[in-house]
Amino acid sequence: MDFLRPESWEEALAARAERPDALPIQGGTDVMVELNFDLRRPAALLDLGAVRELAGWETLPDGTVRVGAGVSYARLITGLGDRLPGLAQAARTVGSPQIRNRGTVGGNLGAASPAGDAHPPLLAAGAVYEVESAARGVRLVPAAEFYAGVKRNALGPDELIRAFRQAPAAGPQYFSKIGPRNAMVIAVCSFALALFPAERRVGTGLGSAAPTPRRAYEAEEFLAAEADWDADLDDAVAGRFAELVSAAASPIDDVRGTAEYRRHALGVLARRTLTWAWNDHRKGAGACA
Amino acid sequence: MRVTFTVNGREQVADDVWEGESLLFVLRERLGLLGAKNACEQGECGSCTVYLDGLPVCACLVAAGQAQGRRVRTVEGLAGADGLAPVQRAFAECGAVQCGFCTPGLLVQADDLITRVPEPSDAEIREALAGNLCRCTGYEKILDAVRRAAELKAARR
Ligand SMILES: Cc1cc2nc3c(=O)[nH]c(=O)nc-3n(C[C@H](O)[C@H](O)[C@H](O)COP(=O)(O)OP(=O)(O)OC[C@H]3O[C@@H](n4cnc5c(N)ncnc54)[C@H](O)[C@@H]3O)c2cc1C
Ligand code: FES
Ligand code: FES
Repeated sequence: MDFLRPESWEEALAARAERPDALPIQGGTDVMVELNFDLRRPAALLDLGAVRELAGWETLPDGTVRVGAGVSYARLITGLGDRLPGLAQAARTVGSPQIRNRGTVGGNLGAASPAGDAHPPLLAAGAVYEVESAARGVRLVPAAEFYAGVKRNALGPDELIRAFRQAPAAGPQYFSKIGPRNAMVIAVCSFALALFPAERRVGTGLGSAAPTPRRAYEAEEFLAAEADWDADLDDAVAGRFAELVSAAASPIDDVRGTAEYRRHALGVLARRTLTWAWNDHRKGAGACA
Repeated sequence: MRVTFTVNGREQVADDVWEGESLLFVLRERLGLLGAKNACEQGECGSCTVYLDGLPVCACLVAAGQAQGRRVRTVEGLAGADGLAPVQRAFAECGAVQCGFCTPGLLVQADDLITRVPEPSDAEIREALAGNLCRCTGYEKILDAVRRAAELKAARR
């Protein structure tokens, strides 16, 4: 096995193009499990840990935050929690402190597990992923177009994930996840929600609910059309929203839960997070008036 | 390949390292530092916790080559010139050690907590130790020990 250690983004892209048989590794919290258990034996590891460009974040001229693929969950929580609250909440539920010190959003996107916790809040917020190859340059892929199947994504064999881009929260954002304890839990199912009060719009993201993470488009459209943004949340509207989120799932039975349980729980999470977000929205609106 | 890095303040060189092996394997099998334990090799138990550039991580999930040029501190490096570290004394004092297999990882993780948060609440202790499993103690004495360690550390300041 070879161990490739680029020290710049340019070198990383060159190495990726030259060695399509090399497996990228960032925090290693997915990759090392596969190596330790002999589930994978790549010809080479392409370690991105020394690539400085991946390790930070910046604000672009239009206000969007561009976060390097190598930023750990721990740093995201402390450094970006105010601007990306939904994602920070999800990050706080990942594994344990040790896992959050190493694991990254870039790695979550690379693994593209339907249970990955970064995906629902990124979908809900309308994040865009920046991927790049030496030959074709940068591609901006909207989150909803990135997931191609169970543990498959839209990344080409010569591409690497450079960053994700997301506007700072324009309203309340929430993430909620079902599991047997408050740590070390692969989501039985999860749900993220982002309100955009100025646009009278809501974003959603479902995890562990289908072969890929996905949005609940009908639920989003329903709420945009039916909710009265200047009033408290209507019970019937919240109920219908929950039903539509539930209906957007195509879950399976597995060791963590049944499809039926997942559908039910997603409805509960949808209603719960919408209620939290709406209460914040109303409080915020009151404070401005 | 060769991996050169600092362990507990001393530069170490490990030779003939297989590119796919973990930092934990290098520490235990090549450098003879048997403090960090190998139990699950999948990040679930925390018994292999070490500091990597000042942050506690599961050594079983760090590729050996990723430690190149970096600083590692293991449980062997917790004690100083003035004797055992507060966490070590507190764990012994409070009966937080039974078989001891989980102890090295818990010590590093608890040391990090009380360094960052001088007076941790019970909720903070639980969250900090959520990735460290103990099959023996039932955790109560471990919680006692972390609270005690915070006191001992404060007294030293
Ligand atoms: C004990 C434990 C608990 C966990 N708990 C959770 C949890 O609660 N929620 C959750 O979502 N996940 C969890 N995970 C899984 C894992 O921690 C996450 O998926 C994490 O985000 C992976 O990030 P990483 O940097 O460690 O990825 P790595 O393991 O380094 O890489 C993961 C994948 O992404 C690819 N990759 C990495 N970086 C790039 C890049 N820049 N460009 C292209 N491809 C890239 C790699 O080739 C690999 O296929 C857990 C893992 C463990 C071991
Ligand atoms: S051996 Fe590393 S976490 Fe269990
Ligand atoms: S003392 Fe035995 S595992 Fe913790």
